[in-house]
Amino acid sequence: MLHANNLTKCFFPGTPNEIVALNGLSIELSEGQFLTVIGSNGAGKTTFLNLIAGSLFPSEGKITLNGKDVTTVPEHVRAQMVGRVFQEPGMGTASGMTVAQNLVLALNKGHKGLKIGVTQDRKSALREELEQLGLGLEERMNERVTHLSGGQRQGLAVLMATLTMPKILLLDEHTASLDPKNARKILEITEQLVTEKNLTTIMVTHDMNQAIDLGDRLVMLHRGSFVADVNGKKKEQLTVDKLVELFSERNIVDDELLLTMT
Amino acid sequence: MSLFINAIEQGLVYGLMALGVLITFRVLDFPDLTVDGSFTMGAGITAALTVAGWNPYLALLLGILGGMAAGTFTGILSTKLNILNLLSGILTMTLLYSVNLRIMGRPNIPLLGQTTILDQFNSLLSGVGLGDYSNLIFFGIVLIALKALIDLFFNTELGLALRATGDNEQMIVAQGVNTDVMKVLGLAISNGLVAFSGGLVAQYSGFADVGMGIGMIIAGLASVIVGETLLPTKSFMWVTTGVVTGSIIYRAAIMLALRYGYNLGFKASDLKLITALIVIVALATPHVREKLNFKIGEKANLSETE
Repeated sequence: MLHANNLTKCFFPGTPNEIVALNGLSIELSEGQFLTVIGSNGAGKTTFLNLIAGSLFPSEGKITLNGKDVTTVPEHVRAQMVGRVFQEPGMGTASGMTVAQNLVLALNKGHKGLKIGVTQDRKSALREELEQLGLGLEERMNERVTHLSGGQRQGLAVLMATLTMPKILLLDEHTASLDPKNARKILEITEQLVTEKNLTTIMVTHDMNQAIDLGDRLVMLHRGSFVADVNGKKKEQLTVDKLVELFSERNIVDDELLLTMT
Repeated sequence: MSLFINAIEQGLVYGLMALGVLITFRVLDFPDLTVDGSFTMGAGITAALTVAGWNPYLALLLGILGGMAAGTFTGILSTKLNILNLLSGILTMTLLYSVNLRIMGRPNIPLLGQTTILDQFNSLLSGVGLGDYSNLIFFGIVLIALKALIDLFFNTELGLALRATGDNEQMIVAQGVNTDVMKVLGLAISNGLVAFSGGLVAQYSGFADVGMGIGMIIAGLASVIVGETLLPTKSFMWVTTGVVTGSIIYRAAIMLALRYGYNLGFKASDLKLITALIVIVALATPHVREKLNFKIGEKANLSETE
């Protein structure tokens, strides 16, 4: 489904501020696979997602999505195949517009015509989708998103990202800025939607428990390359202790990561 | 009474311009200063072609297209050449001054003796004894029709995408929309409306002048702000209604100021100063109020601990 080959991303090349965010990174994801990416701040997690989504283009390397070379395809075109949820709940929704209007924008991704956006037919179809979230949003379809809580906004963002069955779903630490209760709820919703629609998913996180609990494959990102890849049975049996062991085997001592163990 | 009717007439005809300003400033969140130039452009093209013997409707249509082209140009400067949005508008406005003079051939074109759309409509309505109100009725019909079209458009898929572009660009890109195209489209529609207003104002006042667009953006902004303050903003239809109301109130205030300001020692040339001051006060009020509340709150906290 996704094939990233030898991705390198260098910011400010040739200047004293040169930063190599990704360093020859390769990965292949098959259809329906759920990958969690773990790594500390500055490991290149968000850069990796930005390259897949097309917000940034790689300095070197190639990205194939659903058999198509998308390396230099701009973000808004690639969005047909990519669903994305950001870290901040505010980033994935338009706050001055209503819940229904936001969903309609996600419904006809890329095809914006002169048909009326929010129609009764669409609203009743969207109402069913919202009911499944269990966030009470189905009763607030005509309210502006700015009046919703962070958890509700993020729930809406997850639904919007998955509404059109993207070829790949990108989750960028999408529960990191929520309180624990809401974070759990949003993870539940995410899992439910991903399983139901059998979406190929990449979730970036710096929470070890999350990375272990979710998905069927885990990779560890460190200084711009993958340093560990745990798959299948091994992933199922993975524990925090084993993950820490993996870290120390590779001489990656990271206080911040270890702190998230608890 | 005639003063009152004049104020509404002007409020309606400049209301088109204010709706254009609403689309850039509020919907797209793009402070577009092209307006000063595109207003004159609409007036200049309409007047120049009317004097040259063209059909007045065709002249007005070309004026509108000229405004749309000016908006498109600003959009391209901003999105494709990556020039700061504020500067893009200023650059277009500046170059339009010369372009408008080229189009008009001289700084002022009087339309005296020409048969304008308004004259045609007037003779039509005079037949049924409504001649005195022909401008009012004509501007009313045009504004209501265009306002309805705008309300409709901003509830279509495309219109919603345009609104989302101003609201959260990152989000709408992730939903597969080319925001560059949206911005250019919004600027074209906006400046088309502004030029439409300019073309009608030229016919209404009987001339086009190369300086008639100066400060237009402030008048438009004032109408938008007055409308937002007075009417609810719960839906797009309410917002546009507010802008039209704001435009009428603004023109009424200007007319009163021009008539009675003399008694207070003001001159007609003080108009732009006063207008700008009103807009400054309107823009600053929420901010100052917040600061004051904060200070009062702070004092209350201190007295509690004492």
